[in-house]
Amino acid sequence: MLRYLRVLCLRDWLLDHTVAWRQYARVRRSLPLTVTFTPLQIGLPCASFATRGDRVWSSTIRKRTFSTENESSPSTTDVAPGPAVGDRAQRSTTPSLYPGGGDKLSGSVSNSAGVVKATEETLRQMNLFTAINSALSCALESNPKVLVFGEDVAFGGVFRCTSQLQKRFGRQRVFNTPLTEQGIVGFAAGLAAMGYRPVAEIQFADYIYPAFDQIVNEIAKYRYRSGGQFNCGGVVIRAPYGAVGHGGHYHSQSPEAYFLHTAGIKVVIPRDPFTAKGLLLQSIAEDDPVIFFEPKALYRAAQAEVPLSKYVLPLGRAEIVRPGTDITLVAYGAQVRVLLEAAQVVAREDKIEAEVIDIQTILPWDEATVCESVARTGRCIVSHEAPLTGGVGAEVAARIQEECFLDLESPVMRVCGYDMPFPLVHEKNYLPSAEKVVQCIRDCLNY
Amino acid sequence: MYHSKSYLKNVRVLLTRAVQDSVRIAYRAAFRAQVEKHHGRRIGNAYQQGCSGSYAAVGQQARCCSSGTERPVSWFSPGGEVHFPGAVAAPYTHKLVVEEAAKLLPIPAFRLLNNNGELVDGVDSKSVEEKVSGAVLRKIYDCMVALNVMDSILFSAQRQGRISFYLTSFCEEAAVVASAAALDNHDEVFAQYREQGVLLWRGYTYDDFCQQCCSTRKEPARGHQMPVHYGRKDMHFHTISSTLATQIPHAVGAAYALKLDGKGIAACYFGEGAASEGDFHAAMNFASTLDCPVLFICRNNGYAISTPATEQFRGDGIARRACGYGMDAIRCDGNDALAVYVATNYARDRIVATSRPMLLELLTYRGGHHSTSDDSSQYRSLEEIDYFMRYADPIARLGRFLNVSPAEEQAMRKRERTLVLDALSSAEQEEKEPPLDMFLDVYSSMPPHLIRQRESLRLSLERIEQAKANRASTSPK
Repeated sequence: MLRYLRVLCLRDWLLDHTVAWRQYARVRRSLPLTVTFTPLQIGLPCASFATRGDRVWSSTIRKRTFSTENESSPSTTDVAPGPAVGDRAQRSTTPSLYPGGGDKLSGSVSNSAGVVKATEETLRQMNLFTAINSALSCALESNPKVLVFGEDVAFGGVFRCTSQLQKRFGRQRVFNTPLTEQGIVGFAAGLAAMGYRPVAEIQFADYIYPAFDQIVNEIAKYRYRSGGQFNCGGVVIRAPYGAVGHGGHYHSQSPEAYFLHTAGIKVVIPRDPFTAKGLLLQSIAEDDPVIFFEPKALYRAAQAEVPLSKYVLPLGRAEIVRPGTDITLVAYGAQVRVLLEAAQVVAREDKIEAEVIDIQTILPWDEATVCESVARTGRCIVSHEAPLTGGVGAEVAARIQEECFLDLESPVMRVCGYDMPFPLVHEKNYLPSAEKVVQCIRDCLNY
Repeated sequence: MYHSKSYLKNVRVLLTRAVQDSVRIAYRAAFRAQVEKHHGRRIGNAYQQGCSGSYAAVGQQARCCSSGTERPVSWFSPGGEVHFPGAVAAPYTHKLVVEEAAKLLPIPAFRLLNNNGELVDGVDSKSVEEKVSGAVLRKIYDCMVALNVMDSILFSAQRQGRISFYLTSFCEEAAVVASAAALDNHDEVFAQYREQGVLLWRGYTYDDFCQQCCSTRKEPARGHQMPVHYGRKDMHFHTISSTLATQIPHAVGAAYALKLDGKGIAACYFGEGAASEGDFHAAMNFASTLDCPVLFICRNNGYAISTPATEQFRGDGIARRACGYGMDAIRCDGNDALAVYVATNYARDRIVATSRPMLLELLTYRGGHHSTSDDSSQYRSLEEIDYFMRYADPIARLGRFLNVSPAEEQAMRKRERTLVLDALSSAEQEEKEPPLDMFLDVYSSMPPHLIRQRESLRLSLERIEQAKANRASTSPK
């Protein structure tokens, strides 16, 4: 009871002293951040947020330096024309943690900087499905071990992602399979065990469950159980996921949390055509099996300038798509767009600057970037289409609570789908819409 | 009246239909012409051949039409019959045909030696010698005996608590060893778990077996998996997992890779119980539709733990199913090492020649318990086991054929026994993997969260050590 009263008093005091509080917060954030040791962290290079420059693993605001200085970042312009464009100046002033654009962790390619020299000829306006198609075609071109197969991929796929590929690369490398998901993934495992890089398509993420055994028990454990003798590192499973307006129970699901619980695989979800191509190419190059969920609502809706040639974006790295100071919003896939919309609304109406982070890789997810951001803003909302209970948000919130306990000004909140099958007629009310996120941001700030 | 609205509307509808029809007809003609040009002959002729009513003609037509992955042309039959794409080769009949499963004759089992180890009637030793040399047969025999000895010792070792788990191959030695002998040693093998004979044939030593069963740091997976889950990259033997039938589609994928690389075949072992899993169906269908050079080897030993085959399926075993997938199959007496060798060899050659999958069903009997966690007397009689061990023992059968004397066999068994026991006791002395290494191989490189968790284990172990040391120093002497 006493505790409750204390909380109430503190809250009232805060409400009365909002302006003073904001000033205090700003000062506090400009100081070096307090080092919050938990038993798990001691002795780790990544433990301390105070030694920011020395961190071995981390991600930071990665500027889209692939495009010329005068252009705004293609993907952010695409996702949220309003706020992101306005942020450009701010973004470009943000210093990179790694001077010279190099990335200490990712072996193959660092960030997108320097990989692609943008010119008029190398960039094309693409939507998400053409970007995926372009990525697959780059992969098939550059590596003879890459194979593309699944249900109906030969004629171009039901979402046109594989169109023209069979014509260009032949029936041996791009082909239809019988209609059985467990067969598709098991077949891919066998190919990968022989050194191939199969890119298998599951027609909808909703139908990935028949292959659950093959993914969780086989692909994910193939390397571990053989002591590294064999592996399924070459496997990439592509599947369209997420709400699409009228998908009902079985054309709308977001099953990423089921796989978040599976050690041995990586789960990647891009938010736009640019990240889709870069992340898919890296997923194919990756030596670990990857499940690659594509937000099907954006297949045609999202537009961006995408390099025609091959480029990769590192996995396991979050990206701050909109810098802010007052609250951190975390999402992935199609939901990033919703958060950007919400951030725009609160910036306009409440003068709240929300930082939007796209975590991109669900497993292993970039705890450093998210926790660093929350340590700066003191507040966090995680949002996803998938149901609340046991969702990715639960994992993210729990980690933030462990890492940023002393920095949190309000509880980590989650704006998610409800704990029910995805309903057809109620889709609008079911989804964690921008309005719901805006309400939650206000609740957080008024806490 | 003629100019009424409804009249005009009717005219419009009729005109539209006429236009649509003409477009459709023109389109069809153009499409047909295209197909005819592609096949270099008139469809009408092909169709008339196909319509002759005989199965053979229709079958031939279907094959020639569906050669490669072209669409069958037989549905473009200008004058008459339609043939549906789902079964273009099916002729029509006015009789109501019920394809009665019970009326199909059971597929016979191929056998060369009878229970007494003599060649069966109609087989002479000369024709056998052409197919397999005496030296190879003797090597198979030795390997079968070695497998039997090792199984007996490791089974008792589990009973004594020296290893945590074991599975024997009793009475199935011929099925695994002779089939492995007929494969090329570079063929990729995907096994279920009762196929240690394949590894033994390929040169896996008693040391390797015992190190794995004792989960030491010297075995390839460093003790991460249960005993009997062997795997060896240089022997092309993919690591076993406990999940049943999951390896069958893997074998198909590997076979597809081998086809693209132009080398060898994949072989996949599984039991008749595993063949009830969905992965079996998926794999059969994939192998057939994608022309994968894979040999499916089913050990039909009558039981899946306690479930007899009669409760597993109602069809004629597993071999008959292959035909449903458009795949050829051989059924073979799995306790006749000679027959298994000859059949496997034949199947392998045929797969290499045609790049088509095949299924080999080996009829055998599970002589031992399902595993060391199972007491099979709970669900089958001792008489039954005794009957099979007495009359269908694969080692005795081949031994008689090769004229191995009981004294020679005993000497061999004694020698192998000592070797296995030595290997076992040295494996027991071997150290286990250090705990912090358990974080390796989850991913190709360790992601940050695993580094953190490994660090947490290190700290936790340190604190336990510290606490122990403290207790030791403060405890009264």
